[in-house]
Amino acid sequence: MVVENVNPSVYQKLEERKLSQTDYDNDYEDMIDEREVFDMIRNLQDPEHPLSLEELNVLDIDSVTIDNKAYLCKVEFTPTIPHCSMATLIGLSIKVKLLRSLPTKFKTEVSIKAGTHASETAINKQLADKERVAAALENVHLLQVVNKCLEDEYNR
Amino acid sequence: MLKLVTTLAGHDDMVWCVAWNPKGNLLASCGGDHSVRIWSQKGQNGEEANQWTCRAKLSDGHSRTIRWVSWSPCGKKLATASFDTTIIIWKQKNDFDFEIIANLEGHENEVKCTAWSIDGSFLASCSRDRSVWVWDVSEDEEYECSSVLTSHSQDVKHVLWNPHKNILVSSSYDNSIKMYQQDVDDWINTETLESHQSTVWSCDYNPEGTRLISCSDDKTLKLWKEDPEKKNKSSWSCYSTISGFHNRTIYSVKWSKTNNLIATASADNSIHIFKENESSDANEPTLLLLEHKENAHCQDCNCIDWNPVQNNLLASCSDDGTVKIWKFDE
Repeated sequence: MVVENVNPSVYQKLEERKLSQTDYDNDYEDMIDEREVFDMIRNLQDPEHPLSLEELNVLDIDSVTIDNKAYLCKVEFTPTIPHCSMATLIGLSIKVKLLRSLPTKFKTEVSIKAGTHASETAINKQLADKERVAAALENVHLLQVVNKCLEDEYNR
Repeated sequence: MLKLVTTLAGHDDMVWCVAWNPKGNLLASCGGDHSVRIWSQKGQNGEEANQWTCRAKLSDGHSRTIRWVSWSPCGKKLATASFDTTIIIWKQKNDFDFEIIANLEGHENEVKCTAWSIDGSFLASCSRDRSVWVWDVSEDEEYECSSVLTSHSQDVKHVLWNPHKNILVSSSYDNSIKMYQQDVDDWINTETLESHQSTVWSCDYNPEGTRLISCSDDKTLKLWKEDPEKKNKSSWSCYSTISGFHNRTIYSVKWSKTNNLIATASADNSIHIFKENESSDANEPTLLLLEHKENAHCQDCNCIDWNPVQNNLLASCSDDGTVKIWKFDE
């Protein structure tokens, strides 16, 4: 495989979430917030580099918006380069991680941040088409590649 | 009022499609668990009429998601479309016993939909490979591909036949709808209907087969009709766009052939029922909303179907793995 972006910039990681008193209380019902979603996806691995999407600045805490009333979770990611051929795969990995992690009543929308990729409209349409996503995940080869991106430092 | 009759649980994954048989006494459903289930009422009268049960599970045919199931007009055969690239024809041996009589191969990747022509002599299929296939159905159950139509530039989501004539309609990820007719021994693209801003997921004819309603990822419904004055290639045009009812993708629209009502199912978990507003301007007709069922399912509603005989019964299915049967009283 030819690596497109040979020497990517590496960014500082966000510090770990600080636990609050209510985190230890099983009777306390807290809402899913942006930070919780960000923690689900920050350690996804880039398909080309042994680095996380957070380290490559593909994702940061501002990439996530969550609406607990409408059960809507949106993630906008920024490919490292505007012609990145891995953008669809990265988007699919984020989508799969959210589908596997969030309660089923949540709708997830994963898209490329406006103005950061040459074919963002086409890729966003593909990521929004759940039939295409469902079919892609039945493709054994593709699923292996996606699962590789999902292998973070905790379950490698 | 749309009242829930029953919730049918059994599928182990998302349910993509529901279809009533022509007699309206059997319901077929299919989905991500690679199976088709056949459901029917426990009995004709009293409590048993509201209780439904799974009569058959057809699971030894496809190796991936079954995206679509359709009954032949005679009600004795089922055609299933699968992500495994094949179409299977199942024949009813007796009551709830179905056997595979044909396995149709040819599409390059996921098959999205199948549809039988009204006289049962053709079967249409479509796929992500951008093509629409027309299969000839002979009396001794031989299925031969008679045409491969490649007019769409993207993934084809849905195929449908006119309820009276052998006119085929397809809807696509390329935002367009296309119509085809037989020309001597081949099929040709006769119409292209363009107006939707995103993927067209499905469409349906009115009972007379003279007008069409379509639904899309652009969250709108569009009404189309033929202008008999125009005799050129694009005689069909959009005469009304209905927006503001669904706030996510609309996956399914069905125009009842018995009571003329229009039902829609959407990724916003809701079902809507409309009727044509007779008092509205003939040039700019509107649909009157009769019912807005919020949270009809607890995840995306993928498909809806009117019972062809009991005209107030409606079936729906969802990503939540359930099939629901509804009764609608205006």
